[in-house]
Order: sequence, then structure tokens, then C-alpha cells
Amino acid sequence: MAIDQDTVLQVAHLARLHVSTEQSAALAGRLNDILNLVDQLQQADVDHIAPLAHPLDADQPLRDDVVEPADFRDRVLPLAPASEGSCFLVPRVIE
Amino acid sequence: MTLHQLSLTELKSLLDDGKVSARELTDHFLARIEKLDGELNSFITVTAEQARREADAADAARSQGKAGLLNGLPIAHKDIFCTDGVRTSCASRMLDNFISPYDATVVERMRNAGAVMLGKTNMDEFAMGSSNETSFYGPVKNPWDLSRVPGGSSGGSAAAIAGRLVPAATGTDTGGSIRQPAALNGITGLKPTYGSISRWGAVAFASSLDQAGPMAKTAADCALMLQTMVGHDIKDATSVDRPADNYLANLDKPLAGLTVGLPEEFFPATLDDRIATLAREAARELERQGAKVVSVSLPSIGLSVPAYYVIAPAEASSNMSRFDGVRYGYRCQDPVDLMDLYKRSRSEGFGAEVQRRILIGTYALSHGYYDAYYVRAQKVRRLVRDDFVRAFEKVDVILGPTTPELAFPLGAKKNAPLTMYMTDIFTIAANLAGLPALSMPAGMIDQLPVGVQLIGNYFREGQLLNVAHRYQQATDWHRQAPAFGGE
Repeated sequence: MAIDQDTVLQVAHLARLHVSTEQSAALAGRLNDILNLVDQLQQADVDHIAPLAHPLDADQPLRDDVVEPADFRDRVLPLAPASEGSCFLVPRVIE
Repeated sequence: MTLHQLSLTELKSLLDDGKVSARELTDHFLARIEKLDGELNSFITVTAEQARREADAADAARSQGKAGLLNGLPIAHKDIFCTDGVRTSCASRMLDNFISPYDATVVERMRNAGAVMLGKTNMDEFAMGSSNETSFYGPVKNPWDLSRVPGGSSGGSAAAIAGRLVPAATGTDTGGSIRQPAALNGITGLKPTYGSISRWGAVAFASSLDQAGPMAKTAADCALMLQTMVGHDIKDATSVDRPADNYLANLDKPLAGLTVGLPEEFFPATLDDRIATLAREAARELERQGAKVVSVSLPSIGLSVPAYYVIAPAEASSNMSRFDGVRYGYRCQDPVDLMDLYKRSRSEGFGAEVQRRILIGTYALSHGYYDAYYVRAQKVRRLVRDDFVRAFEKVDVILGPTTPELAFPLGAKKNAPLTMYMTDIFTIAANLAGLPALSMPAGMIDQLPVGVQLIGNYFREGQLLNVAHRYQQATDWHRQAPAFGGE
């Protein structure tokens, strides 16, 4: 399951990373090295094994759904690269 | 002996006996950092003024009879833990300007116990690395040999402790990031059972593997820290709700009746003979103290590294999606549209290794590959876990080398990610299985420290600390100090 340059560009788009066509060749090589390592997993006999998502096989714990004050706007907004009033600013999305 | 050569436990005794004040300790270690960290680069941020205020507050609390377990003890936090009002960079350009608006639970608990934070330690960017060379702030040097790496990702914490710049520090361990640098720096480090310590406020890398833990000179020091770090936290859904053990009370328990397993898979033919010999000698010391040593088998362990390099990047690619250049962190200059803002902010803000892992993770989770990679890796994860469950029916503790090699020269593996990945070959399995594991100093080769790893059953970190403490009562590897920084 080798990755080619086009796949690198497609995956980079999905991951919202800027990768140039020139970078994609070198990256494809690096990623294929990792995939070759990972392909050892194909040797494993796992036909009747259930996937393990949580090491202790724990279930999702539930808690009461209680409304709590979330009064942290004044501490959080100043961290934004650009903000105005009570909003984060981004480039225009709707023309 | 000078203050910086003492263990956290010894410093606690001095404080408790009124022989030194928190302020004196803090000033002493801040002076060491000021004088020596230019060479080590183990700190990203030093919080000197805040530390002096905290030390004065600790002395005041003590005079009022309100000293917590860590009252007045200087520590450092890995820069992955959010610290209210202090930069929390995760060693990334992405968070270079991020001043956390809140404390991680670990930070809050240790502060409440009276610990004094001297600063935030260097690390691999977002904890992705095994040599500390992926840090935006430059590599950390190993105090045993400044031309070598300290390991990673908690390399700043390990080097700062070994260099005697701070007596103890926190780390996080996703695939070996506490134990591997502990081994390469001649200190003791513990990764507790998954879920023992809250992950709230620790910047997430791979959420089903990440676990915080203590790093210090001795097992007793780690027990002291762990006692304040563990406990249920409603803010972390994976935090385990069970009463804390008393780690300090059981440290001295004799080892008679203990069964130690040596897995043949941890002693492959390719392993450096000298490292294998030191690990076997450590087992013999436990045997001298009454433990029984037997061999065990963990047949699926060879697939740990490939399973990890699917699961960890997959979870990382999801966790890293929060860094979007909109709400906090780095934003690129003059984005032409929102997509350009996302893509350039992320590709300029993240280093090469982080981007590689995001790409691998995104690929492994993408349509058509999800079953072949991610689901298969999770199935192998169960095989690895089941190997340990079977082994722990026969033995109490598993012992082997922490790392397959000594601290390597800076730059030696920088352009060879795969050989870098293999440095975690003995540590990754405990993360996949969620088991507690500890690294302790167990010898020297070519004037460089060697670590031995103990893996315990679920929630038996108390037993690991007990075994390591007994070992350290009979040996002095943990007392070896590098020539760096003088006596």
C-alpha cells in the first residue's frame, strides 16, 4: 500500500497542511518508510480478535448534565491572533 | 554534600527539620539554572519571580503548621502541562505565544501540596520524538556528555534532574517518553497505569496512550511525587475512580515472595551484550533479596512498534486538528482565504516530525485504509495486552532493559525517523497495554548511564516503587552524578 505524490497532496489537504509539489516527493519516501514498518501488522493473525480502544476496556463514564457558568471569554479571546468584540476574526468566508 | 546532590526525599527532611527554608532551596536551584542551563537548554521558561513568591508562601504556610506533602520542594513541569499565566509552548512554534489561562490538574495538585515551580522544561515538539531534537527551542544536551542526546520526549526534565538543576520534574509518557530519557540520564522515572493521573491540561498527543508521571533521582522521590499527582478528576473522562494507594508506606517492604519475569523478547540476539548483562545483574540483585526470577514470553511484543505507529499518529492527527490559527497559537501572515489560513498556519507552525505524524495518522484513518491500518492495529494492541495479562498470572513484575542502546550523539538519527522509532522498542508495549512501568539506573557503560525497566500489573505502581526502592537501597547507580556543573 505505497503512497505516491498525489496521495501525499490529497492527505495533506485532508489534514489542512500546506505541502508543495516539490516537498511531496521527499515526503512520499518518508511516509512509505513508515508504512513499510507498519505493514508488519499484516502478519498478525487477528481474525477473531476484537479491537482494543481503551487499555482497560473501560466504558464511557456518565455524569449528571448540569449547567455550569462558562465565564471565561475575557481570558480566552485575548489569546486569539485576531478578535473583535466577542468574536474571533478570520478571512471573509461568504462573498 | 551540596543541596543539589540531595534527593527530593532528603531535601524534604531538611525542610521538615527546619535546616533549610523553601526560599533558600529555590534560590540555590535558580542559581544553578542561571549558571548552567545555557549549556543544557533543559528549560524553555524559567519562572524565577513566581518561584520566589511560591517559596516565600511555602515558608509562611509551614510556620503556620500548614505544610503540604511537597511543601517548599522545588520542581519543574514539562512544558506540555498548562500553567496559569505562564507560557505553555509544547516546544512548538505553534504555541510559542500561548499563555495558558488555566492550570493542568497535575500542576494544581502539586501546587496545592506546596511544590514550588522553577519553570517549564524543554521537550520534543508536542512530545513527538525520542531525542529532544524536534523542539522549536533547540535540542537539550545530555549532562553526561554534552555531544549526546538526553532522549525524549521528556528530555528537558531528565537532563535538568541529572544536571542537578532541579531535584524532580514531571513528564509524560506516550511510548516511553518518561522512561527512555530517565534511562539515558541515570535517573528514575515512572509511567503509572493509564488513567491514574488526570490528563486535564496536559496537551494531548495520543489520548489512549498518554500518561503523566514523576521523574526524580530515586524511586522514593517518585513515590513522594506520585502520592500528590494521582487521583480521580471529573475533568478527564478516562481518569480512574479508585482510592489512592499509600506509595510511601510500602517502599521498604521486603522482596521475599516476589516473582520477577524476564521476557526472552526483551533480550534479543541483536541487543548490546553489555546492556543485557546489566539488566540480568539487576534481576540477580532482586534475587539476592529473596525474589524468584523466572522467564516469561510475550510473543506479540514484536508488533508493538508497528501498532504504535498507527495508533499514536491516528490519535495525534485528530488531537492536532484543534490548532487552526483561529482561536489561539500561531497564525500565518496575510492569509488569502480561510483554507490558506488553516494550511499555512499549520505547516508553518508545526515542525517536520509533527507534520509527518499528522499525515500518517490522517492516511491511516482515511476511507479505504481504516480497517487495514487502524482497526488492525487496535486488534494487535489487544494481543499485546493479552500477552501481559497471561504473564502476570505467573509473575508480579517484568524486568528488562529500558532502551536497546546508550544515549546517542546529537544528530545521529535526526534524518532517520525509523531508527529513532526503534529506540522505544522496549517501552511502547506498556503504553499499548496501559500498564505501569518504571526505569531505574542500573549501571554505566562508557561513562554513560544505563536503565532497567520494571513493568507491573494494573495499579501496582506501588509494587514497582517498592522493588526499585529496595534495589536502590542495595546499589548506588542512582547516586552517580555527571561531572557537569561541578560538585
